[in-house]
Amino acid sequence: MPGETVSAMTGVIPRLQMSKNRGAGWSAFWRRRLTGLVLSIGLLVLLTFLIVPLIPGDPAIAILGTNARPASVNALREQLHLSDPLWSQFVSYINGLLHLDIGESFRYKTPVIDIITTKLPYTAQLAFGSIALVLVVAVPLGMGIGVLTRGGRRNALGTGFSVIAGFLASFPAYVVGTLLVIVFAIWLKVLPAGGANVATSSVLPIAALALGPIFAVARVVRAETYTVLKQDFMRTARGHRLRAARLYLVHAFPNLLASTLTLAGLILAGLLGGAIVIETVFSYPGLGSEVVQAIIYKDYPVIQGIILVIGSIAILINLLIDVILGIIDPRTLGGSDGA
Amino acid sequence: MPKKSQTARSPIALTTGLAMAAVLILIAVFAPIFLSGDANTLTAAVREAPGASHFLGTDQFGRDVFARTLVATRLTLILAVSATIMSVIIGVFIGGFIWLAPRKFRDLVLRIIDSSVAFPSLILALVIAAILGPGAFSAVIAIGVAGIPGFARITSNMVAGVINRDYVSTARLLGVPGARLFTRHLLPNIASPLLVLIASSFALTLLDISSLSFVGLGVQSPEYDFGRLLNEALPSIYSHPIEAIAPSFMLIFSGVAAMMIGDGLAARHEARGHAPASARKQAVRLVGGSPRFPDALVEVSGLTITDTLGNQLVKGISFSINQGEIVGLVGESGSGKSLTAMSLAGLLADGLGMNATALRLGDLDLLTKIPDAKLAKEIGLVYQDPGTTYNPALRMGVQLTEVARVHLGMARRDADASLIAALGNIRVRQPEERMRQHPHQLSGGMLQRATIASSMVTDPSLIIADEPTTALDVTVQAEVLREFKAINSGKGTSMLFITHDLGIVQELCDRVLVMRSGEIVERLTGDQLKRGEVTHDYTRRLLETTPTMTSPLSRLTNTIEKTEI
Repeated sequence: MPGETVSAMTGVIPRLQMSKNRGAGWSAFWRRRLTGLVLSIGLLVLLTFLIVPLIPGDPAIAILGTNARPASVNALREQLHLSDPLWSQFVSYINGLLHLDIGESFRYKTPVIDIITTKLPYTAQLAFGSIALVLVVAVPLGMGIGVLTRGGRRNALGTGFSVIAGFLASFPAYVVGTLLVIVFAIWLKVLPAGGANVATSSVLPIAALALGPIFAVARVVRAETYTVLKQDFMRTARGHRLRAARLYLVHAFPNLLASTLTLAGLILAGLLGGAIVIETVFSYPGLGSEVVQAIIYKDYPVIQGIILVIGSIAILINLLIDVILGIIDPRTLGGSDGA
Repeated sequence: MPKKSQTARSPIALTTGLAMAAVLILIAVFAPIFLSGDANTLTAAVREAPGASHFLGTDQFGRDVFARTLVATRLTLILAVSATIMSVIIGVFIGGFIWLAPRKFRDLVLRIIDSSVAFPSLILALVIAAILGPGAFSAVIAIGVAGIPGFARITSNMVAGVINRDYVSTARLLGVPGARLFTRHLLPNIASPLLVLIASSFALTLLDISSLSFVGLGVQSPEYDFGRLLNEALPSIYSHPIEAIAPSFMLIFSGVAAMMIGDGLAARHEARGHAPASARKQAVRLVGGSPRFPDALVEVSGLTITDTLGNQLVKGISFSINQGEIVGLVGESGSGKSLTAMSLAGLLADGLGMNATALRLGDLDLLTKIPDAKLAKEIGLVYQDPGTTYNPALRMGVQLTEVARVHLGMARRDADASLIAALGNIRVRQPEERMRQHPHQLSGGMLQRATIASSMVTDPSLIIADEPTTALDVTVQAEVLREFKAINSGKGTSMLFITHDLGIVQELCDRVLVMRSGEIVERLTGDQLKRGEVTHDYTRRLLETTPTMTSPLSRLTNTIEKTEI
């Protein structure tokens, strides 16, 4: 119930009924958002479907190699319905998806859905763990620096942060991961270098994934802090003569979070891409290393399945961000069309 | 693009970035010429530690790690440049030309672009790698294609901002062909922000292609780029970490170089019209000068406000406000009237310096630090634009009752109840519901009346109203003025009323101060102004430009007197 969440967050008069206006806001939001959602998912489904038909030459030969016996090529063509017209292939692809049937792995001879359900929790842990870490660290960091250096105060701190954050923000996760392994697993021997056998296994991958985005987002937050502090409503709040804690946490923070999430949404979705790559560094048994192997071994059903799942997670993250935005700043409910 | 505040840093960032890029290009050009032998020749000296003969040791086939790392620069850069060129050309083409296409088609393409921007670019890259199979060529295509939606989106946004400007419309009317319209009129106007985006996107492209090589989907042996080198180093990372550190360093170096160029360009692009870093404001008491208005409620003596460059925005003005008096401060924008009001309220913006010989409200010396609660209770504030005065993220109730709850220690329930009653008094319909709404759900007039109601909760001795009616339409203005009048005659609250509308002050104010360029040029009573008894040219001109409001306002005053609460 969005109304209650707001009350809980902002400490306003609890347990209110949703007003008429507000209800209209959310229903308009979902109407608009569902069209975007359908389009995004449609695009994702179409994209994954097109992988096989778009393979240059005969997909069956591309998959089995040029030395394959004609009998097995024909069998594969049969299995993938490659002789059917494209639209009927698409219909049966969608039909399969509706029944959660993405096909069977060429390599493992097991249903793709089983592979995904085994591997998904690992990747989800990395992705959502690092997103949480990024927000928990970057927002207070960027806001703190923004408040401390507002209006040209503490110039040295501001410049120092700019340089360091700009530097660290451009570190790619897989390189950070490699360096973290060398330092923490090989030299200091305090954390495992890879796998997912112990509880601490995900510490290094999450840290590696989060480092760059933390500073990228912190930079955004600082710039947004400056913008928010200059707003008229902050002067109104200063006119209420509030203590710094209330001024910044109650009045500045929600607005900051709204603009930050809008700008940082892409950084967070991009983090998912980093999660795919980083699994290779840590031999982490998630969807990322699986999809890479599947591409190398031309295991198309697995490729299609995993890309569908990762794409859906990206859509989910975007939706989540929009819902949070709507709760924080209800004006965004009627906002521009998004995906 | 996030705004940069440290503009001083931008030339340094840009210069450093360009220098680093120059180093990379030199390495890319010359390393393969001089170091290919060391880099590619298999020797028996397998996995040697760093030493005199091999600066960074050797790899599993006895090849020099240092030489291989430098030689790999060329391929890495070529791949990244190719992919970036591909994204830019196709992306800009799509983003620009959809504006020449029919609207329906454009909306469709934009929606598809929006939907694909939401996905991490790596997903699209994986799809293409899956179609084309692993390899350097498919990695370039994959990352290049994955970058297209971003460029198309940005280009389209920028073109949307330019396309309706006059010169573009004129060119269209004159029948300039689409392609020429794009290259001659649109492209030059979007070039600068595009350049910023290209620089930062080049960094990402380089790192993304290398990441494909790193996981084994990009460059294949025996070719090698940074990503491939890192991939080959991974199996022996325990025994031979230097082999991984070398390409890691180069990847970070290239990424930082491109990012710094992007940041530097962005800062330079946004620097235009930026004020220099500002000093902190300070209230300074000037010595000398005895109190000039000891009996007045508010005393302002020798108030001077300066900006960071030392320009005097308010030039040593003095005035007083008596108990129960409404003093109007009029003048055109930039005359310093709002600054005067805000310095009295202690809400001067960052970067402005203020000094005075006296600044007093009742027994409060406003040049000293006054307890928050006291200040909040004594001064009620009404601002110009009700649309921006309220915090969009908070409900009206929270904001309207804040002073009562924080400074009067009222319980939320009591504060709500008193505010709801106050709103009801000024005939705001459904006040309970209003309290639960967000500011954007209320009209400007309603917001402004709510502000006035809430500022009265603490029963302040002074209300400072900074152009409270300017943003409102005329009928609503009358309502709001009625509130002020009612409060003044009902409770005897003093007011400082800032406006540029002489018609309003004539009716509302007991005394009027006319400000121009930071000085008070004329002091009048409301009656004098009404009768047109002004001496200063400036006031006369202000009066002449004021539309006559005499008849509606006299009607208004009649109404005010009838409806007093």
